[in-house]
Amino acid sequence: MRRETGGRIDRSRVLRFSFDGRELAGHPGDTLASALLACGIRIVGRSVDLGRPRGIFTAGAEEPNALLRVGDEPMAAATAVELRDGLQAWSLRGRGRLDPSAPPAGARHDKAYLHCDVLVVGAGPAGLAAALAAGEAGARVVLLDDQPEPGGDLLGGRTLLDGAPAAEWAAAVTARLAALPEVRVLPRTTATGYHDHNYVIAVEERDANRAAAGRGSGGRGRVPGGGDGGRRRGTGGAGDGGRRLWHFRAGRVVLATGAHERSVAFPGNDRPGVMLASAARTYANRYGVLPGRRAVVFTCTDSGHEAARDLAAAGVEVVEVVDPREAGAVVTGTLADSEGVLAGVVIAAPAPPGDPVPERVVACDLLAVSGGWNPAVHLFSQSQGRLRFDETLQAFVPDRSAQAERSAGACRGVYGTAAAVADGFEAGSWAAGETWTRARGEAGGGRGEALRVPRCDEPDPLPPAALWAVPAPARSGSGDGTAHGPGAVAGGAAEAFVDLQRDVTVADVERATGAGMRSVEHVKRYTTAGTGADQGKTSGATAVGVVAGLLGAAPGQVGTTTFRPPYTPVAFGVLAGRERGALSDPVRVTAMHGLHVARGAVFEDVGQWKRPRHFPLGGESMAEAVERERRAARTGAAAMDASTLGKIEIIGRDAGEFLDRIYTNTFSTLPVGSCRYGMMCGADGMVLDDGVATRLAPDRYLATTTTGNAAAVLDRLEEWRQTEWPHLDVSLTSVTDHWAVVAVVGPRSGPVARALLPGVDFGDFPFMTYRESGPARVFRISFSGELAYEINVPRWYGAALWEAALELGAVPYGTETMHVLRAEKGFAIVGQETDGTVTPQDLGMGWIVSARKPDFVGRRSHTRPDTARPGRRRLVGLVPDDPGETLTEGAQLVAAPGGTRMLGHVTSAYPGVALAMAAGVATGDRLVAFDASGGGQVPVTVVSPVFHDPENTRRDGDPQPGSSRPGDAAAGRGAGPDPAGAAAGPAPDWASDDRRVSPLAEFAGRFAAEGSPEAVIREVPFLPVREVRGEEQSEGLRLGPDWWLVAGGPAGGDDGATAGGADPAAAAGPGPGVDVSAQWAVVELAGPGVRDVLMTGCPIDLHPEVFTTGSHTRTLLGRVPVVLHRVGPDVYRVLAGSSLAGYLAEWLLDALEGL
Amino acid sequence: MQSIECPWCGPRDEIEFRYGGQAGVAYPPDPAALSDEEWAGYVFVRDNPRGWFHERWFHAHGCRTWFSIRRHTVTHETEPGPALHGSGRAPSAPGAGEAG
Ligand SMILES: [Zn+2]
Repeated sequence: MRRETGGRIDRSRVLRFSFDGRELAGHPGDTLASALLACGIRIVGRSVDLGRPRGIFTAGAEEPNALLRVGDEPMAAATAVELRDGLQAWSLRGRGRLDPSAPPAGARHDKAYLHCDVLVVGAGPAGLAAALAAGEAGARVVLLDDQPEPGGDLLGGRTLLDGAPAAEWAAAVTARLAALPEVRVLPRTTATGYHDHNYVIAVEERDANRAAAGRGSGGRGRVPGGGDGGRRRGTGGAGDGGRRLWHFRAGRVVLATGAHERSVAFPGNDRPGVMLASAARTYANRYGVLPGRRAVVFTCTDSGHEAARDLAAAGVEVVEVVDPREAGAVVTGTLADSEGVLAGVVIAAPAPPGDPVPERVVACDLLAVSGGWNPAVHLFSQSQGRLRFDETLQAFVPDRSAQAERSAGACRGVYGTAAAVADGFEAGSWAAGETWTRARGEAGGGRGEALRVPRCDEPDPLPPAALWAVPAPARSGSGDGTAHGPGAVAGGAAEAFVDLQRDVTVADVERATGAGMRSVEHVKRYTTAGTGADQGKTSGATAVGVVAGLLGAAPGQVGTTTFRPPYTPVAFGVLAGRERGALSDPVRVTAMHGLHVARGAVFEDVGQWKRPRHFPLGGESMAEAVERERRAARTGAAAMDASTLGKIEIIGRDAGEFLDRIYTNTFSTLPVGSCRYGMMCGADGMVLDDGVATRLAPDRYLATTTTGNAAAVLDRLEEWRQTEWPHLDVSLTSVTDHWAVVAVVGPRSGPVARALLPGVDFGDFPFMTYRESGPARVFRISFSGELAYEINVPRWYGAALWEAALELGAVPYGTETMHVLRAEKGFAIVGQETDGTVTPQDLGMGWIVSARKPDFVGRRSHTRPDTARPGRRRLVGLVPDDPGETLTEGAQLVAAPGGTRMLGHVTSAYPGVALAMAAGVATGDRLVAFDASGGGQVPVTVVSPVFHDPENTRRDGDPQPGSSRPGDAAAGRGAGPDPAGAAAGPAPDWASDDRRVSPLAEFAGRFAAEGSPEAVIREVPFLPVREVRGEEQSEGLRLGPDWWLVAGGPAGGDDGATAGGADPAAAAGPGPGVDVSAQWAVVELAGPGVRDVLMTGCPIDLHPEVFTTGSHTRTLLGRVPVVLHRVGPDVYRVLAGSSLAGYLAEWLLDALEGL
Repeated sequence: MQSIECPWCGPRDEIEFRYGGQAGVAYPPDPAALSDEEWAGYVFVRDNPRGWFHERWFHAHGCRTWFSIRRHTVTHETEPGPALHGSGRAPSAPGAGEAG
């Protein structure tokens, strides 16, 4: 029932909402719970296990009963949901259930990262005081509170501070905080996790805060016609429910999280109408709602008497206050009406042992209970702080902090408003690095006056009664309680609830201790007490008290269960934030990706890369497409996008020596201009990665790695360089994203390569050598056994080169065909044939392990007893008896059908070709491949792993043109006869400037459309940059101790001057550093809102006085490694690898929408 | 999310780093001279204390520096460790390298 006046609600406005289909109304300032109570709703749901009717029990996040479905939210505490117009809520029946067919919620959630000196959690009297003390000392302060307005408990009480309502003091402090530019107050924000090194996670009701601030939800006014990136947005208007997951890193933390009132376990304590006394008081005072008309107050504390006074003042008839501290009276049961709602209570006075307990019934519709207070130590405990049990307060309180943290006010058992304010001042001063004393505060003058503790009219509290459970009384008569009227309770321990949400009673706890359990953790798991969505906020201490009573121990000896994050439930959607759909994980694409998409390629994920798996034509199946692509590579000309291979330049006087130590074979003797296949092992001797290294110059090599291992290999090389061999003159530079790579493969690849590369003398270009042609680097290496050229060009030429190769007749092929081609040659793939237990010798590649080098990483392990023993699994080939059969990768090899001894397993399987790692088998052996996943048992014969051209006769082209299998001749159509004179032609079209494509060219239109006064975004295309190693650079961005990014082309041109015409790769030889102009995509963001964009995905401290103008660093943005450079007060440049640029652009555009 | 203090960049979130295991385990001067057991000790055996641990970290998404810290494995308190200047040993020339 709503009071005529009073409370912090706006009666002039009506908010309509529904509950279980009933149309109801409330006011701004209401929670869903207060509005339900105002509308006379007593029953809000049924308990999970027993189906008992339950009502609203608390007025905060600790609520165990009033869990409702609210809009899209499957379960929310009605006491913590701010009422909004149009809200729809439903009670839950039994266990919750997610509807997998429900449409995805429309709310836009995001994340943000913020650093501060002082984080204050809770804006009650202690938290406000702490924030003020720290803020006025000049600290960067963040103050969080879960309520719409600061004040905490002061909003729900009638305390006078300096003779005025306490809320006025809270408002005055809030106004002072608002005047401090380095203080940020975040209402409607709940700290849910306190992790290592003062890392605190909090959930903000961001859309509600924006609506309250007069801003639309989830985004600024959109530019008409601007692209929306294909992402669905909320339907607009206030209260879309969008939240922000904050990640705070704080120098010091002040916890001012208050305390939760607790109940007492007595029979029938779960009736709708039984409510915590502080909640009843809050509903009356703050929300102007009478939670009942006729009340009994059962209290072990002084605060219950305050509640009784406030309820009476609000117009509730308080018929009796039962305080065990006064004459030992207790409530021993409740009566209910036909609905199960509270109709009366049973009150018992103490009696001599053996005598019947004199009981009497008092009719009422509200029982306000206060069993005592539990300091909200959840975050403190999560921070690994230690608790102790305070016998006076009958509560667990913080004892020893584990981090740079201090608790203040009620959350450490300091009760009373004045005491909490003083404690807050002290904590805030400490957090700001100062000291504050009450004497200073009272003395007045200077800052002391500013932090004066207000005079307070509250009396000093007396200690609470130590009462956890009311023992079942020895009753006269039948003892079934019928004497008290219909529905009365006399069930004793079986209806005395400890945990309302999990329906755990004193009887359940008795069963646990009766079964021998002594640890409260065991009792928790056995009874499930404290495992509900509320994590036992109102019940945990009661459970400990009951266990202690049953065991005859003190609660301090029993201890608490572990407090774990999150403090309140957090939706998975909030944890995901914007990392959904296309932004769920960073994606890397090559320069040719758009062309592959247009051609209808089927992609596969290789690490973060999207690689074409095959290029089906018409209605081709994968098998048909792969066979066509394979035939082209074996008999004609085919082309693959090999840009994803890792590429590392190794430069320095000792580069060869360095590689000799890393690879199993020798590179210091490699002639300049030659390539060599290399394999590297871990110290354990197992194959780690492989690739081809080419000597570009005496002091300069280019090494390739597998696509998936590129980052790991580079990190590992840095490890050996820095930690073991720092005296070697060598540096490592990744150039993976600088180069686009087209592999032209097949006996007719020569004419294609000649046409593409007029500067190369093909008459003198032997296998395993390297040539340059304009901006291109050309490697005559082969992963198929056929004649092949791998053409590397700066990324911006990649698309044009690819198109040119296809126009010359090369048939595009994908990774599946690449795998088939190499399997036919018996080439192992790291990660496919190897799994961390395979040595080079196991792969039959003992030839690549140098016997002459004294050492290399892993060498000693090759003579360990296990790696050197005979009978290890070796690489073999398999042919199924039925040539039409394709084996299953992972199938186990056994000697005969039904065999159980595993001889090995299939590692690669394609039509007609399979590789396996197997022990104790020889060529010609007949085995069975057993596919336990349902493929049955396939008879196979062991063969050599080299299926195709074992004599390597084809690597210079088809030795017998015309001898191809029937039908193969057409595959290389268009390649035509060898055009011998092509080399004399003009520069190829692909290398012309007007065909260069910048990494973000396709975003230009959307960048322009998404601009706003808050932030504009543009690409800075073709910015020439070099990576330089050393300590002697006078300009450029220093990214590490000996790592520089220097603007300007390799010839020394300055920013922009060489961007148009100069050939950036022309000076790829000796020169200052490595040209990486095509490696970096550069995005510039400008405007006052840019920092708010960056903070949604960048974990570093972006405060303008920390990340000052001119600052630059390597860090993460939207999980993409970037160089962040603040080029002006409101202008930032983001440099990202060009393969990640498209993903980053989508991420940034999406972030702009959320401004 | 721990905060790891990079000697070059300052404190950064753990996700920017790659963990490098126990520090101070130098590559043996002459692996060929070691018994199988001694070599296995270098390759496989590391301390796992409950308490302070000297360990290596690599600022992979930052300045790409390998460095060491001391970290308490229970409380996660950290303090700077000595620079990783390496053994300086060349595997191909046992014991011949000069200390970096
Ligand atoms: Zn760093």
